[in-house]
Amino acid sequence: MNLAMETKEFYFTYAGAEAPTLKGIDMPIYANKVTALIGPSGCGKSTLLRSWNRIHDVYPGNRYEGEILLYDKEGNEENILSYSKEDELIRLRQRVGMIFQKPTPFPMSIYDNIAYGLRLAGIKNRSELDGRVEKALKGAAIWNEVKDRLKQSAMGLSGGQQQRLCIARAVALKPELLLFDEPTSALDPISTGAIEELVTELKEEVTIAIVTHNMQQASRVSDYTAFMYLGDLIEFGKTEKIFVNPKEKLTEEYITGRFG
Amino acid sequence: MNATQRRRLLLNRAILILSTVAAVIGLVFLFWILTTLLIKGLDSIHWRIFTHDLVEKGLRNLIVGQMILAGVASLIGVPLGLLAGIYLREYGLNSAFARFIRNLSDVMMSAPSIVIGVFIYGILVAPVGGFNGWAGSVALAIMMIPIVVSTTDSMLSLVPQELREAGIALGASKAQVILTIVLKAAKIGLVTGILLAFARVVGETAPLLFTSANNDYFTLNMNQQFPSLTVSIYQLATFPDKPSQDLAWAGSVILTALVLLINLTTRYIFRKRKSK
Repeated sequence: MNLAMETKEFYFTYAGAEAPTLKGIDMPIYANKVTALIGPSGCGKSTLLRSWNRIHDVYPGNRYEGEILLYDKEGNEENILSYSKEDELIRLRQRVGMIFQKPTPFPMSIYDNIAYGLRLAGIKNRSELDGRVEKALKGAAIWNEVKDRLKQSAMGLSGGQQQRLCIARAVALKPELLLFDEPTSALDPISTGAIEELVTELKEEVTIAIVTHNMQQASRVSDYTAFMYLGDLIEFGKTEKIFVNPKEKLTEEYITGRFG
Repeated sequence: MNATQRRRLLLNRAILILSTVAAVIGLVFLFWILTTLLIKGLDSIHWRIFTHDLVEKGLRNLIVGQMILAGVASLIGVPLGLLAGIYLREYGLNSAFARFIRNLSDVMMSAPSIVIGVFIYGILVAPVGGFNGWAGSVALAIMMIPIVVSTTDSMLSLVPQELREAGIALGASKAQVILTIVLKAAKIGLVTGILLAFARVVGETAPLLFTSANNDYFTLNMNQQFPSLTVSIYQLATFPDKPSQDLAWAGSVILTALVLLINLTTRYIFRKRKSK
């Protein structure tokens, strides 16, 4: 099985904090699989996810230690923690996309939302842009709903549509890895179902990591699950193994709802 | 009903009456001012004051001059204020330097306008040997900057942090995120702040007294003394003759209408965004 990313002996400390929030995380992310991160609030799952595209760098003073290796299709690895120049980080974020908890449409048209990242990546040609935008919107299963109003503001879409628009925006850049940070916690059940279905479809093209509070969601969409608790990775394994027959007592207690 | 309940009801009623009275007193003065202005001023407004200059008992050069003074002040003050506000919210955040600048800007907002006028006299009037329009505009710009800084700062703080992160996550640089996403998201609020700052300075007199002074004739040359409606109102009102005083009333009505118009426009723009 091919690796998409590998986190090794990883420590993360927030600016101003003395103790690290993540304490020696070791875990793989397998290519074209969905990996779910679960655990009670404050366990560090979002912190870990946000390390994988170094979005923490938006705020000064945070500290990373250890290694996070990003593999390309040929199996060549790069330690993303060694990046220091802005263009290295920009390249990283084009390879590793992110979807946030609340939908984050930009205040511009639906078309321009999708084209935003593409234009930044240097695609100026009108017909190429049109093609990529259409492909991305189709890939995120929202094309039929928006094809007649591409020039209208994205702010007029419903919450669920906005979230699929954000997925389309990320997919348009053809990332290798997509990070989902509780993507459905602000959505109704029907929109949630649509996003979950989309996640399952997308893994043909792209590796996915998803943070979720919802254990049913983790069991429905993921192939692998990592259970975290207080900044430690307690258990990592195939999802059915974690949910049916966990090795650790703590994992079992969390999954059966005895805490968290 | 026991004693405690009765006391609460009484207190409730007392506070309600007191605050209503206070509100009414405030409004009474506002309407008093407006009605006095309209009664005394409307009579004096004829078409001829819009087509003649002060030297011929008209207000044309004064209205044009006042708008130019405030307009040039905006050209100086708005970019500086916007950039400083962007620095504070997007780059400085809570660093010691940013906190210092933020405090300084707040202090500047309450600086007496006459002091600003005297300061500009010292650096832009006395050294060049005479009153000039540029000095007036710079004085007004100094009054605008802290207002624009503060509204920019607070309007940018209303833009959700996730929006910035989403831009970064798509491979945008910080500057690109600010220019193409954050400013767009805050656009209406920023325009509102700019309009309010303009409305605030367009009716100022004190900063102009020692800087651009006044001019009875029509001029667009800012190297000269520059016509100003507010300064003229101040001067005309002190003249003993009725025509001069009437002209001062007419000027006051026009100025008030102008400021009111800008304020209403601002509210309209802001409300339209909210209802969207």
